Amino acid sequence: MNNNLYKYILGIADNSLILGQRLGELCGHGPSLETDIACTNISLDLFGQVRSYYQYAAKITGNGKSEDDIAMLRKEREYVNVLLVEQPNTDFAYTIGRQFLFDVYHLLFLNELQKSNDLMLSAIAVKSIKEVSYHQRFSSDWVKRLGDGTAESHQKMQDAIDGLWTYTDELFHQTDADKIIVSEGIGVDVTNLKETYYSKVSELLQEATLKTPESKWFQKGGKEGIHTEHLGYLLSDLQYMQRTYPNMEW
Amino acid sequence: MSKNWPLWEVFVRSKNGLEHRHFGSLHAADAEMALENARDVYTRRNEGVSIWVVESKNITASNPENNGEMFEPAQDKIYRHPTFYDLPDEVKHM
Repeated sequence: MNNNLYKYILGIADNSLILGQRLGELCGHGPSLETDIACTNISLDLFGQVRSYYQYAAKITGNGKSEDDIAMLRKEREYVNVLLVEQPNTDFAYTIGRQFLFDVYHLLFLNELQKSNDLMLSAIAVKSIKEVSYHQRFSSDWVKRLGDGTAESHQKMQDAIDGLWTYTDELFHQTDADKIIVSEGIGVDVTNLKETYYSKVSELLQEATLKTPESKWFQKGGKEGIHTEHLGYLLSDLQYMQRTYPNMEW
Repeated sequence: MSKNWPLWEVFVRSKNGLEHRHFGSLHAADAEMALENARDVYTRRNEGVSIWVVESKNITASNPENNGEMFEPAQDKIYRHPTFYDLPDEVKHM
């Protein structure tokens, strides 16, 4: 088994799984019927992508593990998603801010991943790009509306961006496994995406009449399995059915 | 939130070649959001290839109270239907 490739795939898939679960929490609880459906649609897009990644990862393990085992039965420290995606739905501005800050990265990342010399990862990227392009359009439009909306929506959107900013730098960190997979022409060198990311984000924030935070102090740890206090609660929701009724199926 | 948003009517073209049909209505703050909401609410099961949205207030509707003068005079004018011609058998799909 190619352990580095396995870890690399989890690094991509866990981001989408955890963000998808966060968005799924809004099902039936969105601020309006329309945004409720939009957020859960995005959640389902992400879960669809996640299945392809985990199926591939399961195949690589070669030990009979299924996609569900990987998605549902790991412990908190074994999840390697970035801290950004596990942050809670504090309010709608946070939900949108988190989505926007991830979508810009996600689209840049997939655009590079489609050039991977691993045909499976390349194919998943090609398929996902259309979905994620829409996600970015949706979240960007909302950042603009809230930023350039009323004084209250402006303040809430700025608070969300300020609060989430500290989790953005981690998107461009590399684990040891990442570096090896990049050197093999399979993975994406995320350090190359950083400059474009921040310039795209700043440009949109400016359009939304929001300030780009100046703070240079960033959180990290997710990619090594060290998470914020929020992930455990999310996982207990996510894993409840599989842990209570092992091997249950729909 | 959506209480303050205007209402929009959504028209979806199911397939190229077919006309846009009224699918329903939804709330949105502006036209761009109305399009995105319509995409998410009405086309998530592959129902369409094109969407029109129009703010409901821009639609001028007939008043049901006037249905008598508006529509009833047409009821007894069956000669307005082209049903009084003998069609040759070769003409199909009429």
